[in-house]
This record gives sequence, C-alpha cells and structure tokens, in this order.
Amino acid sequence: MYPAYSVIFFTTASGAGYGLLALLGLGGVFGVLPGDRWFGITAFLLALIAITAGLLSSTYHLGRPERAWRAFSQWRSSWLSREGVLAVVTYIPAGITAFGWVFWQEIWTLPALLLSAAAIATILTTAMIYASLKTVRRWRNAWTLPGYLAMGFSSGALWLALLCAIFDTARIPSVAVAFAALVAAAGVKFGYWRFVDNDAGVATAGSATGLDRFGKVRLLTAPHTEENYLMKEMGFKVARRHALKLRRVTLGCAMLVPMACLLLALFPLAGVSAPLILVAVLANAAGTLTERWLFFAEARHTVTLYYGAERA
Amino acid sequence: MTSLPVQPATRRLGLVIDLDICVGCHACAVNCKEWNAGGHMAPLTDFDAFGEKPSGVWFNRIHTFEAGEGATGRTVHFPKSCLHCEKPDCVTVCPTGASFKRAADGIVLVNEDMCIGCKLCSWACPYGAREFDEDVGVMKKCTLCVDRIYNETLAVEERVPACVSTCPVGARHFGDLGDPQSDVSQLVAEREGYDLMPEMGYRPTNKYLPPRPRQNGGGCATAPASSAAPVPEGIDLGAHPFLRWVDRLLTR
Amino acid sequence: MTQRRYIAEPIPAPAPRAGEQVIDYSVPADDTVKTTTCYMCACRCGIKVHLKDGKIRYIEGNRDHPVNKGVLCAKGSAGIMTQYSPAKLTKPLKRVGERGAGEFVEIEWDEALAIATDRLAKIRATDPKRLAFFTGRDQSQALTGWWASKFGTPNFAAHGGFCSVNMAAAGLYSLGGAFWEFGEPDWEHTKYFLMFGVAEDHDSNPIKIGLGKLKGRSGADRAKFVSVNPIRTGYSAIADEWLGVKPGTDGLFVLSLIHELLRNDRIDLDFLVRYTNAPWLVIDAPGTEEHGLIYRNQEGDPLCLDRSSGDFVDALRAEIQPHLIGAVTLPDSRSARSVLDLLVNRYADAAFAPEKVAPQIGIPADTIRRIAAELAEVAFEQTIEIKTPWTDWAGRHHESVIGRPVSMHAMRGVSAHSNGFQTCRAIHVLQMLLGSIDCPGGWRYKPPFPKTAGSGPAPSPMVGPDQPLAGMPLGFPQGPNDLLVNADGSPQRIDKAYSWEAPLALHGLMHMVIHNAWKGDPYPIDTLFLYMANMAWNSSMNTAGTMEMLTDKDRATGEYRIPYIIYSDAYYSETVAFADLVLPDTTYLERWDCISLLDRPISHAEAAGDAIRQPILKPDRDVRAFQDVLLDLGARLKLPGMVDAGGQALFPGGLRDYILKHERKPGIGMLAGFRGADGTETGRGAPNPDQIERYIANGCFFQAEIPETARYFRYGNRDYLDWAVARGLIDHPDTMVLQLYCEPMRKFQLAAEGFGPKQPPSEADRARIRAYADPLPIWYPPFGEAESTDGFPLHALTQRPMHMYHSWGTHNVWLRQLQARNPLFVHHRTAAEFDLADGDWVWIESAHGKVKAEVKLMDGVHPGTVWTWNAIGKRKGAWNLSPQAPEATGGFLLNHVISELLPPRADGYRYTNSDPVTGQAAWFDLKIRLRKCNAAEAGATEPTFAAQKLHGKTPERTQRYGAGMNKVPS
Ligand SMILES: Nc1nc2c(c(=O)[nH]1)N[C@H]1C(S)=C(S)[C@@H](COP(=O)(O)OP(=O)(O)OC[C@H]3O[C@@H](n4cnc5c(=O)[nH]c(N)nc54)[C@H](O)[C@@H]3O)O[C@H]1N2
Ligand SMILES: Nc1nc2c(c(=O)[nH]1)N[C@H]1C(S)=C(S)[C@@H](COP(=O)(O)OP(=O)(O)OC[C@H]3O[C@@H](n4cnc5c(=O)[nH]c(N)nc54)[C@H](O)[C@@H]3O)O[C@H]1N2
Ligand code: SF4
Ligand code: SF4
Ligand code: SF4
Ligand code: SF4
Ligand code: SF4
Ligand SMILES: [Mo]
Repeated sequence: MYPAYSVIFFTTASGAGYGLLALLGLGGVFGVLPGDRWFGITAFLLALIAITAGLLSSTYHLGRPERAWRAFSQWRSSWLSREGVLAVVTYIPAGITAFGWVFWQEIWTLPALLLSAAAIATILTTAMIYASLKTVRRWRNAWTLPGYLAMGFSSGALWLALLCAIFDTARIPSVAVAFAALVAAAGVKFGYWRFVDNDAGVATAGSATGLDRFGKVRLLTAPHTEENYLMKEMGFKVARRHALKLRRVTLGCAMLVPMACLLLALFPLAGVSAPLILVAVLANAAGTLTERWLFFAEARHTVTLYYGAERA
Repeated sequence: MTSLPVQPATRRLGLVIDLDICVGCHACAVNCKEWNAGGHMAPLTDFDAFGEKPSGVWFNRIHTFEAGEGATGRTVHFPKSCLHCEKPDCVTVCPTGASFKRAADGIVLVNEDMCIGCKLCSWACPYGAREFDEDVGVMKKCTLCVDRIYNETLAVEERVPACVSTCPVGARHFGDLGDPQSDVSQLVAEREGYDLMPEMGYRPTNKYLPPRPRQNGGGCATAPASSAAPVPEGIDLGAHPFLRWVDRLLTR
Repeated sequence: MTQRRYIAEPIPAPAPRAGEQVIDYSVPADDTVKTTTCYMCACRCGIKVHLKDGKIRYIEGNRDHPVNKGVLCAKGSAGIMTQYSPAKLTKPLKRVGERGAGEFVEIEWDEALAIATDRLAKIRATDPKRLAFFTGRDQSQALTGWWASKFGTPNFAAHGGFCSVNMAAAGLYSLGGAFWEFGEPDWEHTKYFLMFGVAEDHDSNPIKIGLGKLKGRSGADRAKFVSVNPIRTGYSAIADEWLGVKPGTDGLFVLSLIHELLRNDRIDLDFLVRYTNAPWLVIDAPGTEEHGLIYRNQEGDPLCLDRSSGDFVDALRAEIQPHLIGAVTLPDSRSARSVLDLLVNRYADAAFAPEKVAPQIGIPADTIRRIAAELAEVAFEQTIEIKTPWTDWAGRHHESVIGRPVSMHAMRGVSAHSNGFQTCRAIHVLQMLLGSIDCPGGWRYKPPFPKTAGSGPAPSPMVGPDQPLAGMPLGFPQGPNDLLVNADGSPQRIDKAYSWEAPLALHGLMHMVIHNAWKGDPYPIDTLFLYMANMAWNSSMNTAGTMEMLTDKDRATGEYRIPYIIYSDAYYSETVAFADLVLPDTTYLERWDCISLLDRPISHAEAAGDAIRQPILKPDRDVRAFQDVLLDLGARLKLPGMVDAGGQALFPGGLRDYILKHERKPGIGMLAGFRGADGTETGRGAPNPDQIERYIANGCFFQAEIPETARYFRYGNRDYLDWAVARGLIDHPDTMVLQLYCEPMRKFQLAAEGFGPKQPPSEADRARIRAYADPLPIWYPPFGEAESTDGFPLHALTQRPMHMYHSWGTHNVWLRQLQARNPLFVHHRTAAEFDLADGDWVWIESAHGKVKAEVKLMDGVHPGTVWTWNAIGKRKGAWNLSPQAPEATGGFLLNHVISELLPPRADGYRYTNSDPVTGQAAWFDLKIRLRKCNAAEAGATEPTFAAQKLHGKTPERTQRYGAGMNKVPS
C-alpha cells in the first residue's frame, strides 16, 4: 500500500495525542497526576494540538476536504466514520476535563473516565479501519489493534513522562507506565512482524483468477504498460532488505532508545531527566513514523494478484 | 447509505464473462471508457496524456495470464470490471454514504456529489474495481452502465452495457443473476461459472465461465483414437504410390 | 447457450429508493447520429457516430453493417481520441532546414499545389517513371493506381508488397481468390478450422465474430479450432489445439499432411476432377521448351485423356472421364502425366513422411498424423448437406450442396517469410485435395472473387513522356513475356517488381523503393511521392539506414540522392520530417472515401458489398482530403481522364464527384449500389447523381445479396457465374478451374532453363528461378535460416496488438494507456540459458544490427523463438509525444535489426530480403542472438535518434474529455 505522508503523520500524531489524553484521564482519576493548572494546560494543549494537527492532516489526503463533514454520517457501518465521530466526540470530555483541571484544578471523575474511554476508543477505531480490511492480510489480523494501542500508548506515555519530568511530578509512575507501554509495543510489533513474515496471505493469483485449475498462474501482460491508480495506490512495494533495515530503525528508535533514556532518567540527576526523556520522545516519534510507513509499505493488497503477485 | 440494503430485491444485475473465448482484444475496455467518458460518471480523466507517464480512469481492464506449463499450459485473457458484489465492503467502509448498493438491482454505485475522496473503498475492494479521479477528487467506478440499461432514449437492443454490446467475440453476457431462470443464470449453471476470490466472502454477482477442456479429434470428440492408419496391405507405396486410383472412373 | 448481448425486453428502471441517489437514466446520448465507415484500421466496420453539441459523444458499431454487425474493436472505440489528437497536421508544410530536421514553414495550399504541379509536370514531360508514387495502408488504390497510370509512371504500388502479397499471389494463381481479407471460413458450418500465423489480420472484427460463433457451439455441434503459430496469445490462446511450430516450417507441415492424406487415400478425387486442373496433362519432355507445360490444343485449351472415348479432349468439357494415373503417350508421341499424377508422385515421397519432417517443424510426428486424420475425418465423414438446389456450370442440376466442413485461414505468419508464396500454395493445394473450397463449412470467397486463377491484365510498362500507361501499373503476368524487364533483363520498375528478382510481384515492393531510389538502382528518380506510409520508421526494414538514405546527399553535387519527397499524412508521424513538401490530410471522420469493389470492398461470402465514408465533422484546420488533392493535382497536370477536352477539371468536387461520375468501364464505377438513373441497378448501370445520398440513407454501405442457389462452388456454379457477370464482377460466365499446378510458374522456370526470348540475365538469377518458381508447392528453409549458421540461433517475430494499428494508435490518448512500451518475450527455458529474468535488458543482435529491449518471460512460445509487439516503439519527439514518452524510451522496433537485403551473392549483388517469387518482404525470416545487458546498459532502448522537433500545440496534460456531456441539455 502506498504510504501517504498525511496518513502516516495523522495516525502517528493522533495516536500519541489520544494516548496522552487516555493517560491523563486515568492518571487524574486514580490520583497519580496532580490537579495542577499549568501541568493541565500544558498536557491538554499538547494532546489537543497533536490530535487536531493529525485530524487536519488527515483531510489533506482527501480528494474533497471541503466535504469532510460528510464522513460523520455512516457510523453504523464504517470504521472510518466511527473514527471521525469519536475523534470529534472526544473533544467534549477532553474539554470538560481540561476545564475542571485548569480552572478548578480539580479532576472530575466521570468526564475524565469518559475521556479515557473515548480516547482509547478513537485509537481502536483508527486501528479497526485497517484491521477490518479483508483485502490486506497484513492489516486484518489480531496484531493490528494491540499494535495501534501499544504504539499510541507508548508515545502518549513518553510525552506524559516528559511533562512529569518537567513539572517534577509523578516521575516514577509515569516513567514506569511509559516503560511498560514500550515493552508492550516492542512485544506486539515483534509478534506482528513474525506473523507478517510467515503469513501466506489470504488469496493467490490462482484464486483471484480461478485459473489454478490449470496449474501455476502467472501474469503475462498487465492491462496497461504504465502504472495506473491501482498500482500506484495498492501496488507499492518495499524491498525485503529495506524493510528489515527499517524494522531495526523502528525497534531502535521507537522502543530501545526511549527505554534506555527512561532508565537513565530514573537516576535523579537534576536537570538531565527531562532532556533525556525529550530525546526519548523524539526518537520514539521518528521510530513510530517509520513503523507507520512500514505498516503501509509492507502491506500487500489482493489487487496485486492481478498485477503479478503470487499471493497477497 | 453505506449499510447494505436490508431487504434487497431478487434482481441482481451483472455480467458473465466467458474466458473460453475472450481473445483479449481490449474492445470492451475502450468502449467502456468511451461510453462512460461522457456518461453517468463523466469525465474519465486522463493524466499526462501525451507525456512520460500516461494513465487515466478506466472501469474495465484486460489482463492476460498464463497458467500451467507445456502441453497443458494455457494463455487466458482476463477482463475485469466491478463485480457488483453482494457483500461489498467497498460500500460498508464508506464514511459518507457516497458508496451504495442499490436495493432494487444490486448495482454498486458511487454518488460523486457526496464522495470525499478518502479512497478507503478502493482499499476495501479486493478486485481493483474502483478508480480514483485525482482531478475531480472523487472515486468513480463501473456503473453497470445504468445510463444505458435503463436509458429510454436508446433503442431497446442498445440497453445493455457498452462492454457487452461491443465485444466482438461475444464473450460478455448481461442479465439478472438473481433469477435462476434467466439466460445468464443458466449459462452459469451449464458452464460451471465461478466467483473470483470466493475466500474473500464478497459474493460477486459477476461470474466467470472457465476455459473449456481442449478437445482433440475432429470437430467433436469422435476422432479416431489412433490415427496412424496403416498403409493398405499389399501395396508397395514406394513403387506404386497410387495404384489404388488407377482404376477409378471419375466423371468431370 | 444463449447470449445476452442484446436483450429482448428492456428491464424496467427501478423507482428510486429512499436515501439512494436519484439518477437520470435517460440522458440522450446525442443530438445527431451519422453513419460512416471506421478507419482506425483497414477492417472497414460500419459505425454510428453520436454527436452532441458538435462534439463526438460516442462511436458505436452499426448493427446493420455486414462487416461488424454492431461490434466495435478497441481502436474503433478510441476513434474520438484520434479525432481530437494534438498530433494532427494543421497546414501544408515546406521544408526549410535540412531534410529530417523537421524545419518547415507553413504555406498556403495554392503554393503547395503549385510546387507539386510544377515538379510533376516537368517529370511527366521528360521521363514519367522518375516519379515513384507509393502508398501505404490506404484503401484508395482504385484511385491512386488509376492516377499513376494516367500520369504514365509504372512506379506505383501500395503496401501489399511489404504486407502480404504472398497470400494474394498464391491465392489468385491457385484459386482465383485469396485468404487475406478476400475470403473467409464458413463460420456458420465449419467443424474444423485450421489457422496459420494469424495474430489479428485485416478481417479484425469478422474473425473475432466468427471465432465466437465457432467456439460458442456446444455438444455434438462443437467445432475444433487449431492454431498453427509459434506464439500462444490472442486467437491461439483460445484454440482447441495450439501447434507451436518453428517459424518458416508451415510449408513442410502442410506437405506432410498432404503426404498423409495421399498415403491413406483420403482425398476428394471427384472434386479434383470436377473443379481443379488435376486431370490436365503436363507434357513430359525433358530438355525441350514445352517440358512441364500443360498439353493444349490449337486454341490453347487444356486437354486431357478421356478414358471413355480414348481421345484427347478439351479438359473443360463436362461428362468426360479423364485419365489420371500413369504415363500417357501424346499423339505427337511425347509423354505426359496428369497434374494429379505429378502431385501424388511428389508428395507421396518419404521425404514428406511425418517422422522425417517432425524434427524440423518442432511438433511430434504423431501430431502431424493425427491432424491429417482429423482433417480427413471431418471432411469425409462429417460432411454436411444443405438442401439448396443448384446448377453447375455444365447445366447439371443438384438437389443439395455437400460440404466438407474443414476451413483454413492463413496470413502473415506464412506470408512474411521468403518461402511464403510456396507455403501458401501448399495450403491451397491441401484445401483442394480435401475438396473444401467454397463449399458449406469450407473456406469461401468474397465477391468480386472468385476470378479465373491467375487471370487479369498484365502490368503496364511506361509508354513515354506525357503519355499515360496503356493499362494499370500493377497486373498479372502469365509468363516471362509479361515481365517489366529491359532487353538485357534489367528491371524497368524502381522497385524491381515484375523482374526476375520478383516475377509475380503483384503489389510491387514498397520496402525497396527508398533503397533503390537512393542507390540509383536500376535508375535514379526525381520525386518520391508517399501517401499514408510511415516509411521512415516502422514500415521499413533497416530503419536507421532508411533514414540515412532519405537524407543522404550526392557528394559531387551536394543534392539529396532522392531529390524530392512529397508526403501526405494526417499526423506528425516520423516520416513527416523527411518530406520536402507535406500535404496534410483530413481524418477519416472529415472526408469522403470510397471502399470500392474495384479495390478492397466489404463483401462477405454471401453478398457483394461496398461502402463510403462521409464527412462527419468539418476540419478545424487548413487540411484537405488527399484524394481531393490528388484529383486536383491531376487536373492541374491536365492528366487524361481528369480534365475534359477543354482542359477543365472533370471532378471539381473532388472524390465525391469522382465517385459519382467516374466509369472504369461503361456502367461500372466506384460504387456498385444504386446505379442507373433511378438507382435500381446493381453493379452495372449508368451513374446516378443521387447515389451518395442513397448510400448515406442506407448506412453508408451497400450489399448485393447473392441468391441462395448461387452461394457455393461459385467457380462452377451457373447461377453465380451469371449473377456475377450481370453485376460486372466478372466478364464471362465460364467455369473457373482451380489450379493445383501453376503453369505460369513453369514458364518462368523454362526461361531460366534457357528457353524463350526473355531469360534471366545471370546464372544466379536462373538458379533462383529454377529453384523457387516450381509449379507445384515446394518447401525450402526461409532465407534467414542461412544466416543462423553464423551464430544467430533464435527466430525473432513481431505480432500486431489487437488494440493498436501500426503507428496509428500511438497518439491516441486511450490506446497509448493500454500500451506504451513493448518487451521482448522469451521462453523461460531459453531465458534460463541466457541467465535472463523478467525486467532484465538484452541486446537483440542480428547479422544486420542490434537493438536493446526489456525481457519478459513466458511459456506459450516456441522455445527457439522470441517476439515482440509490432510498431509500438516511437522515435523521440514524433507524434507530438513528449521525448521522454515510454514509446521512445521503452518501446523498440525489431525493424532495426532486419535488413532489406540478403547477404551478397558471388558477384556482390544483394537480392531483396523477400520472397523470390512475389517480392514479399520477409520480415519474419529474422534470426538473432541475445546478449544480456550490463547494469549500465539496462533501462532504456537503443538505438535512439535525435528527438524530432515537436510540432503543433503543446498538448494538454490532463484531459477531461466528456465532462458535462452527461447533463441533459437545458
Ligand atoms: N490491430 C491491428 N490489426 C491489424 C493491423 C495492426 O497493425 N493492428 N495491421 C493490419 C495489417 S497491415 C496486416 S498485414 C494484418 C496482418 O495480420 P496478421 O497476419 O495477424 O499479422 P501479424 O500480427 O504480423 O501476425 C503474424 C502471426 O504469425 C505468427 N507467425 C510468425 N511466423 C510464423 C510462422 O512461420 N508460422 C506460423 N504458423 N505463424 C507464424 C506470429 O506469431 C503472429 O501471430 O493485420 C491487419 N490488422
Ligand atoms: N517489424 C515489422 N515491421 C512491419 C510489419 C511487421 O509485421 N513487423 N508489418 C508490415 C506491414 S504488413 C505493413 S502493412 C506495414 C504498415 O506500415 P504503414 O503502411 O507505414 O502503416 P502505419 O505505420 O500505420 O503508417 C501509416 C501512416 O499513415 C498515416 N495516416 C493515418 N491516417 C491517415 C489519413 O487519414 N491520411 C493520411 N494521409 N495518412 C494517414 C499515419 O499517420 C502513418 O504515418 O508495416 C510493415 N512493417
Ligand atoms: S468488485 Fe469491488 S467495487 Fe465492485 S462491488 Fe465488489 S468490492 Fe465493490
Ligand atoms: S472515496 Fe468516496 S466513495 Fe470511497 S469510501 Fe471514500 S467517500 Fe466513500
Ligand atoms: S458495465 Fe458499463 S461501466 Fe461496467 S465495465 Fe461494462 S461498460 Fe464499463
Ligand atoms: S471485448 Fe470481449 S474478447 Fe475482447 S477483451 Fe473484452 S471480453 Fe475479451
Ligand atoms: S476493426 Fe476496429 S479499427 Fe478496424 S475498422 Fe473495425 S472497428 Fe475500426
Ligand atoms: Mo500489412
């Protein structure tokens, strides 16, 4: 699948933003996070900017962005519509929770819980857009949902850890949560890649054409000698050698470097932990973008079976 | 309207494509382009028309495959357009309601005025039947020629899809696959028509008729098993190659 | 199996459902509909052009039209984009820069015509043959040939010489009809269809419709379709049996089939005796000047020995019982044998036994035997009977027509080899032995055929300055006397047609014109006048060399060796840049055209037919229909037949006038339909001023149905012969005898053996004629094989893509999206030998040159053969395409490695790379080797040439054709 930059940026940014919002809600309700005005302003601004930027960028890849509002209508059947609805709906508990947090310096339980739930649900709907596509075996599997969740949470948690370090609050728990999320993300991605490497796809050139009855099916000539929309959009391929390198980049940047930074940040060296976690955040962002790029680039669509692929 | 019709009518219009006789001439693809360029989803934009990377919007395309090897190997021409599936995820994934499956005849369409061009439906179609028009920013697709099959300004015999009426060998058939008595349904039954990628569960309406087994023998299957007919006894071909004809009296 | 192409009853439109888009189904597709004839290729289908607000909305097949019956191919459907192509020429051009550079000034028509008239008038007044007028893929030879003859130059030909004259010559001299587009299988009834070397052919839609019909039959009715072709694509892909023969060996295969049929006594002797020259006696007097000629009486009638009377009688008489087998002593005590005797003697020879020939052909002996048995089984055990009474030429009445339902068709896979003439003859002999010519289920003629085999006027030599030819430049030699050679045996025509190098060159040798004119061999010319032929590119052998010859200058004088070139094209093809004067033509939707029975009509087996094109649109630029221009030039030159006694133009209205007024013979004109003052006469009749209106009202075509009793065995069917005479198709109702033995060939051989006044000039020429002008079919390896000994082990072929017409499709936005580059297809086992994988690049090297291409592996190809699609590769900058267009960087021409000449003979002379009998270009004799490209070489084709100068407006990048056409007009 063609890795559209707007979509990559969108899923990365909004994953982090909703991850942060979910953790803010939970951390607040369970009293781990302080009901502090400035902490609140910074955290909510950060999260809301991330999700808003993400949402805006996602409209970039629309052919008719001015009609984006129509996307809220089909929540009964469409995960994309559900995501849109939830993404927007999340602003409501986010706004209320932020309002209490900033103006009253209070954490209102119900809105905060709703916020967490909505944020998590938004991440899940994003994941479901991909996980529901029968055409892409590398998306439609048990790893996609946990993948999005773990990646979103780990980014969000790193941001939270950074804020906690800056505001010098809840340092240990925030680092611990981030570390746990990173471990989970690493595990999930690892599992995903193993799955992907052993996956035979959902269909073959034989079943796509029904010609397997005569033997092995090979494309002789494609309908066009130059690339068409389908091939540009669905036929994107990344060399295996390349993909392996990028997986290492993902693992290193998105997980290992942040983990190392977090561990170092636990040592109470004044002034160093925040910059360390900032490094973690940035590395993680780079790694997550890579992961997202790969998530698209490695995905094989069944339409490629009509253009020379043997399985997909 | 991206939920599928709850109570679809029994009419399911679609195409039956005979792979036994398709010669891969692209006539159906170009005629489709021609009709539809000015049809319901007009235009079918072309990009970089005279340049380095020509491409454009097409609703129908012809692939050619080889299957098997050697004496039993086959070359098969393989036209493909929208299959107007019964369980089309291309419809259910659409966030706007632009994509819809018609309750009355099963035709899957895009309402251009509602489409936001998110391309998700093209991701959801296993068969590559959706075409994004970058220029207009909306998704387009085979309409099963709704503007021909129901077009009262056309003569009755013209009310078939463009690709069907133009196919020089007659490899494309159009009709109601929901009616087991229809010509197309019977053709499918007789020739064991099949679904593409049944494992996807989309339940395509369009059916493909498989290439038939090759026949050896003259005409039908009655050719002599061993055709190395022996040289008639007692005639030395070398010396008298045509003794047999010498005595025949033939009148001009 | 019932087809749902056309529906019996309309499906009622459903009422809109809640929430569903409301669609206006009934948007009218047009405000005007006009019929005309498609010309996206030469198949001549009928079309209906739907116009909306003066623009084309839709072109569809005309359901009433006999050729395509409503269907339309990819090219035909893409006609809109050709009409609106930015590659169209817009104005007459005069060269200002160097030839080939594409530097022109636009001039007015008056100036263009004055330049041409001036030049041509001088030529005509001095030496008319110094005008060489050659036309390519046109359908106007009835006019262009007539024009050349009035001009007085013998140097005229159309594309047939580089196309398929082997098929025409072999057919016309054997059956009085030919494959090509002049006959067709009886699709309705045939049970066994054997097709040789066809990828697409001229009868593009009719073949497809026919194959659909044939393959659509089921159960006991099923027919078998066998395709003989080194490549399994297109039609071969749907064949019941694919025989992937080695190129150039079809003749051997067919002769082996004949061997098997003879050996098993499976031939139709009755048919042979009745309708062929099988019983004619051939004089057996070695070393004399009549050896091998038909034994004839004083009047020249062939004789045979009647067994009932014991007399030598006129072989054309009915009710005789001819002697067939064994030597005959003639009254003059010479010996003779029947044609059949000779034939059996030759092919019963063990040299043609399947075991013997199988290894050369590349298919098993068993298969050859089986196919022979299948042919015989269908011909003789599955005969069909149609209960139509008919009367034969002798007046004998028959209650029904018996058919041997085996049909055949062959085209360029046979014709484009240097043994193509003899191979095609072999196929016709096979058909005759099976008794399957023009019978139900067999191969059938399309009117105006059949004609008496080999009949027709001889080619006309030049008369002199300011004199027209006595007849037509192209004709039918009956022997050495009809050749166009000088006393010393040298050729009279620039292309050496009708010389000892190509005695039966019925269509000329288009592919040699540029070379010969450049070399001044046999003489230099002044002006090369080309029409509709892309000779600087895909229709020449040795493309790079051809471009050099076109631009080469005489060192002494500094003049171009081909002094002047006039070219008419409609588009910026590669050849335009090489012209000194460009006459821009209209498109096929902007002009009158005539698809005449005098030329290449639209007949089918059951009707004689012709057609016209009418202007659908007005040109939006300063172009003129070439045929109008030609008549205008003729009038300016005061050519006979084009001006009246007072020197006034006879056809001021151009081709339209000519169609209406011109009579080739009294009562016979360009169109056969609606003749006579009241439009009721067919074929023969006075000119009718309303004729064109009548054609338009009839869908732009006309069909004269052949009566049911006259549809089969037409060479000997009295009703048909009378019908055809009445309509001017033939002159006499005499029966026409099919020719197993081709006597004119023997006459050439006799000359080569030293008899007669006209003899080949050199020993080499004699040897060639002796070897190849055999009156009975022979097989010899194609000349290209000889080169294979030098390390060129692979055959290389081209095929036509069904969706492209030579170079015409290129500038069509839709068609170029289907195909903008062409790979070299290689069998995967062969590829493995050369370590080639998909996407690798290779050098294709022949003895002549090399060209680079990308590789695509496949299975369905003869392993010793590689191939590619024809005419996809384009020169940079031509056709108003971007110089980076894939056609120029990834598309290539095999023509670069094909030489127009054979390797030199002992004295250094190089014969044309053509069939030695007909001069047909041997495109498919090519032998090559492959060399894998290194990394630096991969990625783009070579050779490439400087980009041609772009002409015309820069085309729009994004095309939105059709936008808004779906709205109901307000
Ligand atoms: N779409 C389209 N239609 C066309 C044209 C076009 O350019 N495009 N051109 C028109 C013209 S000018 C012509 S002449 C006709 C020609 O029409 P075809 O005769 O169909 O010409 P080709 O495409 O050259 O196909 C030649 C076939 O012969 C096979 N072949 C080559 N060598 C041998 C051999 O030795 N033995 C056998 N048995 N087969 C062999 C090749 O594999 C190929 O399939 O088509 C006409 N119709
Ligand atoms: N390697 C290889 N080469 C081949 C062949 C092959 O099989 N293999 N086939 C050969 C055969 S059979 C043939 S017939 C030739 C065909 O060769 P050509 O006869 O040269 O055919 P085209 O390339 O179509 O070129 C015809 C020219 O006519 C122009 N034209 C198109 N429409 C019009 C019009 O309306 N008016 C005018 N005035 N011009 C027009 C086109 O722009 C083009 O320049 O190619 C031969 N070349
Ligand atoms: S073929 Fe594709 S676009 Fe057509 S209905 Fe099925 S899923 Fe949808
Ligand atoms: S591209 Fe248009 S039709 Fe397709 S899913 Fe998006 S909104 Fe629906
Ligand atoms: S039904 Fe109509 S829109 Fe669909 S492929 Fe055929 S011609 Fe094209
Ligand atoms: S028009 Fe008919 S034969 Fe040609 S590609 Fe389409 S389905 Fe096949
Ligand atoms: S075969 Fe195609 S291009 Fe040729 S005349 Fe017919 S419709 Fe036109
Ligand atoms: Mo040709």
